[in-house]
Amino acid sequence: MGKSFSYLIEILTKYFLGFWAVFTGLLFPFVVFLILLYESKLAIQNFGLINFLMSTKWDPVRESFGALPMIVGTLISTFIAILLAAPISIGIAIFITELAPSWLKGIFTTAIELLAAIPSIIYGMWGFLVFAKYMREDIEPALQKIFSPFPILSQLFSGNPTGIDVLTTSVVLSIMIIPFMSSVVKDAFNLVPSVMKESAYGLGATKWEVVKDVVIPYTASGIAGGLILSTGRALGETMAVTFLAGNVPQIPKSLLEPFTTITVALANQFTEADTPLYLSSLFYLSLFLFVISFGVLILAKLMILRIEKRWKK
Amino acid sequence: MEDKKVEIEVKNLNFYYGKDLALKNISMKVYHNKVTALIGPSGCGKTTFLRCLNRMHDLYVGNRYEGEIIFEGKNILDKNIDLIELRSKIGMVFQKPTPFPMSIFDNVAYGLKLKEIKGSELKDRVEAALKDAALWDEVKDRLKESAFSLSGGQQQRLCIARAIAVEPKVLLFDEPTSALDPISTAKIEDLIVELKKKITIVIVTHNMQQAARTSDYTAFMYLGELIEVGPTEKIFTNPDKKLTEDYITGRFG
Amino acid sequence: MEKVVLYRRKLISKVMLFLSFIAAIYGLFWLFWILGTLFLSGFKHLTLSLFIEDPGPPGIEEGGLRHAFIGHAIITFIASVIGVPIGIFSGIYYSEYGRDSKFFKVLRNITDVMVSTPSIIMGAVMYALLVVPFKHFNALAGCLALAMLMVPVISKTTEEMLKLVPFTLREAAYALGAFKWQLIKDVVLRSAKIGILTGVLLGMARISGETAPLLFTAFNNHYLSFDVFKPMASLTVTIFDYAMSPYEFWHNQAWAASFCLALFVLILSIFAKTLVHSNFGWVKIFKRKKGQRN
Repeated sequence: MGKSFSYLIEILTKYFLGFWAVFTGLLFPFVVFLILLYESKLAIQNFGLINFLMSTKWDPVRESFGALPMIVGTLISTFIAILLAAPISIGIAIFITELAPSWLKGIFTTAIELLAAIPSIIYGMWGFLVFAKYMREDIEPALQKIFSPFPILSQLFSGNPTGIDVLTTSVVLSIMIIPFMSSVVKDAFNLVPSVMKESAYGLGATKWEVVKDVVIPYTASGIAGGLILSTGRALGETMAVTFLAGNVPQIPKSLLEPFTTITVALANQFTEADTPLYLSSLFYLSLFLFVISFGVLILAKLMILRIEKRWKK
Repeated sequence: MEDKKVEIEVKNLNFYYGKDLALKNISMKVYHNKVTALIGPSGCGKTTFLRCLNRMHDLYVGNRYEGEIIFEGKNILDKNIDLIELRSKIGMVFQKPTPFPMSIFDNVAYGLKLKEIKGSELKDRVEAALKDAALWDEVKDRLKESAFSLSGGQQQRLCIARAIAVEPKVLLFDEPTSALDPISTAKIEDLIVELKKKITIVIVTHNMQQAARTSDYTAFMYLGELIEVGPTEKIFTNPDKKLTEDYITGRFG
Repeated sequence: MEKVVLYRRKLISKVMLFLSFIAAIYGLFWLFWILGTLFLSGFKHLTLSLFIEDPGPPGIEEGGLRHAFIGHAIITFIASVIGVPIGIFSGIYYSEYGRDSKFFKVLRNITDVMVSTPSIIMGAVMYALLVVPFKHFNALAGCLALAMLMVPVISKTTEEMLKLVPFTLREAAYALGAFKWQLIKDVVLRSAKIGILTGVLLGMARISGETAPLLFTAFNNHYLSFDVFKPMASLTVTIFDYAMSPYEFWHNQAWAASFCLALFVLILSIFAKTLVHSNFGWVKIFKRKKGQRN
């Protein structure tokens, strides 16, 4: 009897744990998708896909909702943030893996982990209460002065510096993703077998030549994966952005104009949505955010898996 | 034997991994354009010793040398030795093939390109190196292909070609055939015998037959110490030390 | 000529490595600026009344954030109680049953992706599931949103920690005739318990800093509340409201609250990390001693 009881537990345990595994890995993401889809139904019926994506009007009063300003805002701020963060993160990863003495390595790794652990609302608040002032009073006027002789660039920095704009948002966003990105790149660098580097050193290569010709090419897909993973993070970042974007549903013509992103719109407007169509449009935005970031993150995952497969044989 | 030119002279070398003494008071000579084999049970320090000869240990912190290694009239353990220059004169081939993620041609050309050799000279020297590594006939039609497309044995010969392309004085082999099949091993052994016409070779090997077949001199190491060094024939037929004889005849290790 | 080339190559190498050093300094610069401001502005405004008083009316410089501290603790606690077991269960399955299955490999990767999913999405989903039907904001929706954020994190770390348990240990238990559930309970979980605890702590650190999923679920409340079916204040949402407000006094309180929050999260993370290190350190010492005896 004891034995058959044990067999029963054996089977029950397996199915119980298996259910939660299926829940976590399949049911839960799928249900999230379904709920968002269901809640967006009204907006989908009203605006369709193309109209919603292409319309620049986000007007709660007239109940006309187009997502283009949010989507463009999300893409621009993410793009600039990645542009600013990528070279710095790769530099930090090179510094930690190849250059720093071992005692400094530990300190630096910890510092980066700390920076990554700070809640994003603190970045946002710091950006809003401290950093925006420097942007408004010093950095943005200086940039305007520097770029004023160049026709296209001066357009990018035109307008009245307020500190609550695309540029400030992107800079704070880039600071937020630097720790994350550099630790992913660092992990990829650590996967390069040391004998690989040694054989380049054995030919008389300098440290930089080893990094440039061996480490970076070997980890190219890992670095790309890290960049995309950070893109996924930046796309969905809410609090740091909400403080600084200004929540103006317009497509910014310069980096010094206020704008909005998908997450900013959600954070600010969910509690204000007073009609079913308004609410449904917000869910439609969430659905977009979910699908885009899910796709981007899957892509990143595949690239990182590729490099791990190559080296963990 | 007295008239042989000495390429590297090691005098009273101690080596520490952190606090652990890994090599104890090693003194020996490596002769010009000869093959010197380092044998001994695993963990005896033969690879550690090999990596002292081009200061590969300097890539990692906490390692320390004592003593002297004289090469081209200078002590290469000196602080102000240029490691980049040293390593282009004393090359290395590793246990497993280490092709870079580039084409076959670019792999061999890598060290030359670092030295900013270009154009027809680059092409000629790559071709010469591939010929010297007995790989030319197998790859001459596919130089642009990825080095990963080669078989393991071919990859190892590619790495040898890459190492000899920069025309080093000395080439260090760290168990170059331990990851290869018997046929590839035979090819590499032939290659080593061929290469010594131009280059001084030091080879670490697990395989005593390999040491006997390829080398002119053999050094037997045990627990971080050099037990005996001499002409290969003598070491294998009539060693001075009991320990060497025990190892050679397979009584331990 | 050769000397010139060598000199130039070494120079380029030095310049590039110097640039990487500059990148590191750039990173540290922001760390010090942000943490410095947080410490200075936050520590300065720490007062006892911050912890023991509820807020005063807007514009009046009195009161504290007791309601938010307590609300935050309640929400985080309930979220953990729901999220941790689910994460651990699925993590165990991934590691012990689904390791070689293609299907579960896909699920594992999806779970990994869910770790980085925008947290505001969970807020939107719980809004639809729990706020709309109840017709008002409630803390339970916030708890569930955070719990769901936690599940993939805990699941992944549990799985990774269980994978560190050597396979020979499992074989040894099988050889004694153990059932799989006994083996998991007595051998695998026991060996990995510190690792799992680490994962739980990191998961808690992660959710206790979240704001976005609470904005339109638990919402906010100016009074102390213990009712999970009503809106409840949290530190993060309160920081958001206060920092956006025009009142200097509220800004100061937001800094002080942020300081406490960051301190909590950092201590939790550091504690979790040292747990892992000390755990492996302990294994190492154990092994070495055994080796010496032989």
